[in-house]
This record gives sequence, C-alpha cells and structure tokens, in this order.
Amino acid sequence: MSAPPRAVELGLVGCTVCGQVCRAPGPLAQAACPRCGAVLRRRKAGSLARSWAFLIAAFIFYIPANLLPIMRTVSLGDVDDNTILSGVVELWVKGSPDLAVIVFAASIMVPMLKFVVLATLLVCAQRRSRWAQVQRARLYRLVDLIGYWSMLDVFVVSLLTALVRFGFFSEVEPLPGVIYFGLTVILTMLASMSFDPRLTWDTDKDAP
Amino acid sequence: MDTSLQICEDCDTVHRRRPLSRGEVARCACCGAELDRHHGLGVNELLALVLTSGIVFVVANVWPIVTLGLNGQHVSARLWGVILAMWERGAPIVAVIAAATLFFFPALRMLLLGLVLVQARRGRRGAGFRPAMVALHYLRPWTMNEVFVLGTLVAIVKVRAYFEVATDPGLYGYVALMMLITVFSGVDLRRLWELAREPAA
Repeated sequence: MSAPPRAVELGLVGCTVCGQVCRAPGPLAQAACPRCGAVLRRRKAGSLARSWAFLIAAFIFYIPANLLPIMRTVSLGDVDDNTILSGVVELWVKGSPDLAVIVFAASIMVPMLKFVVLATLLVCAQRRSRWAQVQRARLYRLVDLIGYWSMLDVFVVSLLTALVRFGFFSEVEPLPGVIYFGLTVILTMLASMSFDPRLTWDTDKDAP
Repeated sequence: MDTSLQICEDCDTVHRRRPLSRGEVARCACCGAELDRHHGLGVNELLALVLTSGIVFVVANVWPIVTLGLNGQHVSARLWGVILAMWERGAPIVAVIAAATLFFFPALRMLLLGLVLVQARRGRRGAGFRPAMVALHYLRPWTMNEVFVLGTLVAIVKVRAYFEVATDPGLYGYVALMMLITVFSGVDLRRLWELAREPAA
C-alpha cells in the first residue's frame, strides 16, 4: 500500500478547532475556517517557541514545587511540614501503599515524563528527524492525555486545608510549594497544547 | 468543501471517510491516531446524559463531600468550602485554579453542550451555535473533576488514622459526575456540525 497523501501535497488544510477540510490559503495569507471561524494555519503559530517557553517555565517552577513544603500539619502544637515526596513516603508507611504509588506516579513520574518527552519531541521536530516517528506520535498522545492528573496532590492539600480545622488539636495549612506545583501542572499542559504534533511528520522531503 | 475527506490532526494525512459499523474505530494509517469512531449514542441520549449531569452537579455541590470528626467536633467540606479555604489561607492561585477546573469550566461545558445538542436535535444552527462549539473545543482539557475524586480518596486515606471520617452525598455526586463526564468526553462532538445545518439565509 502506498502512503496516503498529506494535506500539504493536496493543497488542503485541516481546521484544528472543528476538523473541517479546507482549501489551503496562500503561502502568507491567513484565512478563517468557513465552518467555525477559527484562523486556518498549516501549523500552529510559533509552536516550537511557545512550547519551549512553557516547558522551560514549568521546569523552573518544578524546582521550588519539590523543594518547598506543600502543606503544614499542626497537631497539639506539633508542627510538621510536608513536601510532595515526604507525603508519598508517609502515605506508603501509614496509609496504603497502593495509593502512595498512584500519588507518586501522578506528582513525580508524570511531570518528569512530560519534561523528558516534550523536550525530546521538540528537539526531534526542530531537526526534522525521521527517528521513531510512530513512537513519538504515540508518546505525544500519552503525555497529552495524562498531563492533568498531576493536579492530584494540589487537590489533596486543598481538601485537607478545608477539612482539618480543629484549632489547637489539629490544623492543616497550605504552603508555597503547592502554588508552584499547581502552576507547573498548568504550564506543562500549555506546553503540550502548544506543540503541533504534525511537526513530527514534517521531514525535509515534504517541508511546507 | 469536501465532507468525504478528513485530515488526521496529528500528522496531516488525508483520508477518505467511510461508514463505521458498531464498535469500530478508524485510525490513521500513518501515525495511528484515532480519526473517527462509531457512535452508539444519539443526540437524544446525549441530551439526557447532559441533563443528568446537571442534576448530579447540583447534588455534588450542595451537599458536603466529607465530614471529619475529632473529640465530638465535626467539620465538613463542600467544594466551595475547599476553594474558599485555599483563598483565605494564602493560596489564592490554587483557589482560582480549583474554582475554574472544578466548578466554572464543567458548569459552562454542560450548559454549552446542552445548547448545541438542543439545536442539533432541531437540525438547525441557532444563535450561538458556532461560538459554543468553538468554546467546547477549548474547554475540553480544562475540567478536572475526575482528578478531584481521586484526590478525595487519597485525602480520606491520609486522615483516616487520626479522625473519624464520614463520606457524604456530595462525594457520591462527584463519583457519578466523574462517570458521566467520562462518557461524554469520549463522544466526538464534531458530528454535531453536520447534524445542525446552517439556517438558509
């Protein structure tokens, strides 16, 4: 079976918002999708630059997100500050190890995976590399799908803050780490949304 | 405009559409992305699901989610209590993120979905169909109710050792909402463009 044609070769462009197949506008002209009104572009505007910017910003915020404590537990005057990692350890020891694994996956593995995968995708797209295209496409879909689960710990801290309010006996307070962590998640989501997966397939031969 | 063609959004390959049978999924020959899948749910069923979600959403927000007890004292939390607690205790950014992803965006999504489904049912695009469809496309990744449900579960396990924990109707509302949202997240809304035709000028 010969490879099916790509939109560029047929002078077509797919609307990223509504999926409509449209005739491609001229090389410099911008046109609106006749169906939904979104701007038609062959590729997302400034995809690589935007994606890098969001990814680097997310990585910078990820450092205080892990180093600073995310919540303070006060119990009978006893103060205990928890970071993300110490929260996972505590859950493993005192709570249930299966949930500790879930929290570890959502708050530590998923963000790390996103950094590594998105950086790899960006570098390969920049070099117009043909290496492992199908696998890279799959990784992008995976990262896009699981990204927002990292918000898990942020919601846990929020819920505990609202629930544990027993004055001197027991209190939970949010600490700055949780803010950095929330922003890291939002920024990695924006980074993966800014990346145009079609760039993975734009190799030298059919560069638009 | 040719509606017999479709373009893979992940790799820009052009495909010819073909009718799918029950349970069938069309995948891109080049990159493996999902192009199209057979729809078991019609517009009426979807509208019923959105209505149910609306009711469940009210339940989830009106009743408390969890109650903690210590020495005869009880504290229970609703979603808005959680958001306000973060606002007051020095994490307003987190409060805004939670309010948006757990309350405003899901509510807006249900309203807009109801609007476009009613119009698709009539077979005509009315006022606001186009902006509503565009807004639905952009809202899609920003609802996190299912993450919140798992977060609640983790929080319960964390405090179980120190407090008496009682789950409240709000939590069951959230679990139901999570399942409903998962059902209609799998539905490709783009076919509504074809079901609701442009009104004759």
